Amino acid sequence: MTLGDQLSDRVEQVPPSGIRKFFELAEEVDDVISLGVGEPDFSAPWAARTAAIDSLERGKTSYTSNRGMRELREAISERVTRYGQEYDPEDEIIVTTGASEAVDLAFRAFVNPGDVVAIPQPSYISYTPGAIFAGGEPLPVPTRAEDEFTLTPEALEAAGADEADVLVLCYPNNPTGAVMTDDELADVASFVRDHDLVVLSDEIYSDLRYEDDHASIATHPGMRERTIVFNGFSKAYAMTGLRLGYAMGPPGAIDAMNKVHQYAMLSAPTTAQYAALEALRSCDDSVEEMRREYDRRRRFVLARFEEMGLDCFEAKGAFYVFPEAPDGDDEAFAEGLLEEQNVALVPGSVFGEGGAGHLRVSYATGMRELREAMDRIEAYVSH
Amino acid sequence: MDKQSLLDLLRHDARESVDDIARQLGADAEAVAAALEELEDDGVIRGYQAVVDWNNVDEERVRAQVEVDVELDRETGYEEIARRIARFPEVATLRLVSGDYDFFIEVEGESMHAVSNFVSERIAPIPEVTKTVTHFVMDSYKEEGIELGDGDDDDRLSVSP
Repeated sequence: MTLGDQLSDRVEQVPPSGIRKFFELAEEVDDVISLGVGEPDFSAPWAARTAAIDSLERGKTSYTSNRGMRELREAISERVTRYGQEYDPEDEIIVTTGASEAVDLAFRAFVNPGDVVAIPQPSYISYTPGAIFAGGEPLPVPTRAEDEFTLTPEALEAAGADEADVLVLCYPNNPTGAVMTDDELADVASFVRDHDLVVLSDEIYSDLRYEDDHASIATHPGMRERTIVFNGFSKAYAMTGLRLGYAMGPPGAIDAMNKVHQYAMLSAPTTAQYAALEALRSCDDSVEEMRREYDRRRRFVLARFEEMGLDCFEAKGAFYVFPEAPDGDDEAFAEGLLEEQNVALVPGSVFGEGGAGHLRVSYATGMRELREAMDRIEAYVSH
Repeated sequence: MDKQSLLDLLRHDARESVDDIARQLGADAEAVAAALEELEDDGVIRGYQAVVDWNNVDEERVRAQVEVDVELDRETGYEEIARRIARFPEVATLRLVSGDYDFFIEVEGESMHAVSNFVSERIAPIPEVTKTVTHFVMDSYKEEGIELGDGDDDDRLSVSP
């Protein structure tokens, strides 16, 4: 018996990541300008970094409580009131190793073998494998360019999500940059209540909205008790490598997730927790400055696409826009652009059904590169 | 046209073209050009200059920060003394400040000798000036919000989820 023969069905069931394949292609090209990056180009605010350094100097290198440092949970509880969310730091919040761990914990805590997990697509690439690893059956729910990639009850109905057990949401959305308003969420909430689903709402991009304030489905009537909210420090605070996120939900639910977390992870990285605490206390200005910079780039990219005749809806969140591939073949376009103009972006089909025919363009890149990349894309489009 | 956003952008990079500024602010190019002209005419924008890291320039450049104490009398105020000091081309920056001294001056010259000569022969003899303290700049780590030095490479993966 070799390990290869012993591979679990769950692992075998998950195909290799499409983004990985594109990464390898891009690595072979010299002088590539990448608009394919899913993380900020800024570094974490200096105050947060120094807090991490200070904590190390003071020898703060042991585990914390499973759910995370009490002070940090209190600061998170205080922070999320700005989104209309109220969670008790005592038993309704858990600090995790990135929001990714929180999402995985929720799959493992709330999905039974055979449970149907409805996943709007295109979406971040981890949800489908996460559902499969937990024994669930992913149900893709395609969202449409006509709806600016928001989720509608009609789309849920058409995909058969009325039979699902769990619904994953991610707005502002990676890869489309779509956001959902309170009214649009109200329609989804009503569908969720009617069909008795549980919601896993990944709100990691909540601070990166450019036209309006963040709205959360968990604040809708009857939704708090059936929703887990995920958030974290990676995007708004540019702390991806520090791996720190959190989940919030009703007490029993967080207990269940903590049961998995305490055995699998014990506690989130202590150094990162100190950085996060300082980030919440004193880094609002840095976040706002980064947000303004992203917004300028967003407008710039949208304007350039419009001028070069590339159809693109006005994405209002995260740091992505999602234009249509001119001849409808996103993979061929992305490969051709990489080959001829040394610009990397990610074909939309990598992000599941509904993403095909589109391109994810990340503007988490400095203006100088962005300008050059737009010139090259224009040259490629017009040849 | 939101002038504050325009100023924020220019403070970040004043070499952006009017078209690119317009794209980033979601405005049209004529509106941006008009707003720029207005800011210049109103004396809000006084100039556009390069931020130079003199460590990377062959030609020697000496800079000093000079603290200046003055004694006012019935006829002479800060404004009048300041006007006199500001006219010297060697004076790059002149500010009235709170604290232990009155004026803060940045002086630029071709050598230490030139700078100290300037302070002792042009600034110190001004009748109202009672004391000067000259600090030569030995190194600079940040200018106008820009960190000098090698900078950090972008070590992010070229494509990531």
